[in-house]
Amino acid sequence: MIWIDTIIQGILLGGLYALFAAGLSLVFGIMRLVNLAHGDLIVLGAFLILVLVTALGLNPFLATLVAIPLMFALGWGLQLVILNRTLGDDILPPLLVTFGLSIVIQNGLLEGFSADSQRISAGALETASIPLGPVTVGVMPLLTFLSALAVIVALNQLFYRTSLGRAFRATSDDPVTAGLMGIEPNRIFAVATGIAFVVVTIAALYLGTRANFDPTIGPARLIYAFEAVIIGGLGSLWGTLAGGIIIGVAQTVGAAINPEWQILAGHVAFLVVLAVRPRGLFPKGL
Amino acid sequence: MTTTSQKWTVETRTAASTVFAVIAAVAVIAAFAAPLFVSRSMLQDLFFILTMLMLAQNWNLLAGYAGLVSVGQQAFVGAGAYAMFAVVILGGLDPVLALPVAGIFAAALAIPTAFFVFRLDGAYFAIGTWVIAEVFGLLFAQWKALGGGTGTSLPRDATRDMFGVPFVKELFDTKSSAAADIVTYWLALVLALATVGFIYWLLRSKQGIGLASVRDNLQAARSVGVNASRLKLVVYVATAFGTGLLGALIYIQTARISPDAAFSVTDWTAYVIFIVVIGGIGTLEGPFVGVLVFFILQNLFADYGSWYLLILGLIGIVVMLFAPRGLWGLFTDKTGIQLFPIRRRLAGGPLVAHSREDTHG
Repeated sequence: MIWIDTIIQGILLGGLYALFAAGLSLVFGIMRLVNLAHGDLIVLGAFLILVLVTALGLNPFLATLVAIPLMFALGWGLQLVILNRTLGDDILPPLLVTFGLSIVIQNGLLEGFSADSQRISAGALETASIPLGPVTVGVMPLLTFLSALAVIVALNQLFYRTSLGRAFRATSDDPVTAGLMGIEPNRIFAVATGIAFVVVTIAALYLGTRANFDPTIGPARLIYAFEAVIIGGLGSLWGTLAGGIIIGVAQTVGAAINPEWQILAGHVAFLVVLAVRPRGLFPKGL
Repeated sequence: MTTTSQKWTVETRTAASTVFAVIAAVAVIAAFAAPLFVSRSMLQDLFFILTMLMLAQNWNLLAGYAGLVSVGQQAFVGAGAYAMFAVVILGGLDPVLALPVAGIFAAALAIPTAFFVFRLDGAYFAIGTWVIAEVFGLLFAQWKALGGGTGTSLPRDATRDMFGVPFVKELFDTKSSAAADIVTYWLALVLALATVGFIYWLLRSKQGIGLASVRDNLQAARSVGVNASRLKLVVYVATAFGTGLLGALIYIQTARISPDAAFSVTDWTAYVIFIVVIGGIGTLEGPFVGVLVFFILQNLFADYGSWYLLILGLIGIVVMLFAPRGLWGLFTDKTGIQLFPIRRRLAGGPLVAHSREDTHG
């Protein structure tokens, strides 16, 4: 019974990792840009929500709704002003610029908020739980997982059912030809990054309400997100969810055996998949 | 063929590089003599500069020449440092003799590491190396004999009786700890010369041309028979050796290790990346310029804590966006001066107009 509980907790944790990963996956899929600051941006989002909650006394979910347009604008501007300049055949500029961005965000947050652990209070929801078959699950973990599902469904709908999604896919396939059809790749990229930042903000809400966070934890979130993307296979959002679940289950099972092994178990699961299926479990030619 | 009085030769040397070679030789002699006339704290600063320079040269070879952008070189700094601690504390070996052991250990770890990370392309390679570094850090934290997660210290007499220390102690008539600083400084200097010399030799060799061709056009390089993946693997393992050895040397000086410090991405990779990017990636001169800028910035802003890293990050971003070849790249573009010339030029022989007819003969 304990094992079923452990595995279910792991699956729900996987939802959080899928949320971390969805934004990374989206940006990579459309413009082949790997954002090394992705984890730090999630932490930045969590601090933004924290400020809105403490300064305006908002409910965290309401604060997230306020934060979403702000983060969209930030992502849109960042792409338009900085990241678009780095795109091209050379992989160095985007990597080094986003790595610099990661260091800037981390140290900016350290300067602004100190290294103290913070937490966004979700009130009674934090401890609420509901029975689900043989086990009891927390409401917050369940909400996280359902949000991950909703985000993936929404992104897939956006990709395959809207004209914006068609523009995304066209630009991803061939920016030059897409340009001939009247699409401006730079603007499309800016919108895509803006949308990725919306997902980042949703991830930030759950990062901040489920556990303590501080300015330095960004890189570890980037690594979990990256592992989920690679396990799932590039270009498949459902694969990313599966990847997140594998990392989550590996971590909770590892922790159940020995608390020191939690993080290590997740990395080992990733390395095993990388050794056996280098293209991931559900590769797709996006 | 018509006879020519002068023969064609292939040269890489330029007037500037010859002048530089003379200046560099004087500087190296002065650097060896430095313990005679500088204070101990300055010697420690010089040691720090030399180690950062070597880390930067290694990373530059990896990212700037072989196109392997690693964010996980701390894996090898930490592995080398831990290997040194292990053979000194558990095996009773002299720390100086532990240096090559550390290098070999790191290079040996690089082979299975490459099996994983070489499956990832470009940008994902970067994060893959980072994952490996995290894994190493977590694994070494499990090594209870070396203090586990909290780490451990080198026994005092290990560095006091280290190779060369009694000799230097007598020579300079000084305390053991100061003599140990001098020995580690000289080792760093020798290693720096060896590192720069090795990289310069490599880039001028056949393998170096292969690397440049892979960087410039992978398909074309492959079509003329350059084995790109083997070259990259060789560079990856070689830099792991250099980085591991350096990790051990740095931690002989530090004498205290913990997994968090030894596998720190900020100390062993972020600083190094900024040094190379600011100085000029893909040039041998760049890391020299970068490490000087880095050292000056650190002395100016170190008291401001995180502001310092923030400023360094911003400078890195600005340089990458507006001067992607760094300060040295800007300088070379203006002056055409190369201190470590790699480009081959034809020299001697008759004038170019005649030579065209000669080649038809």
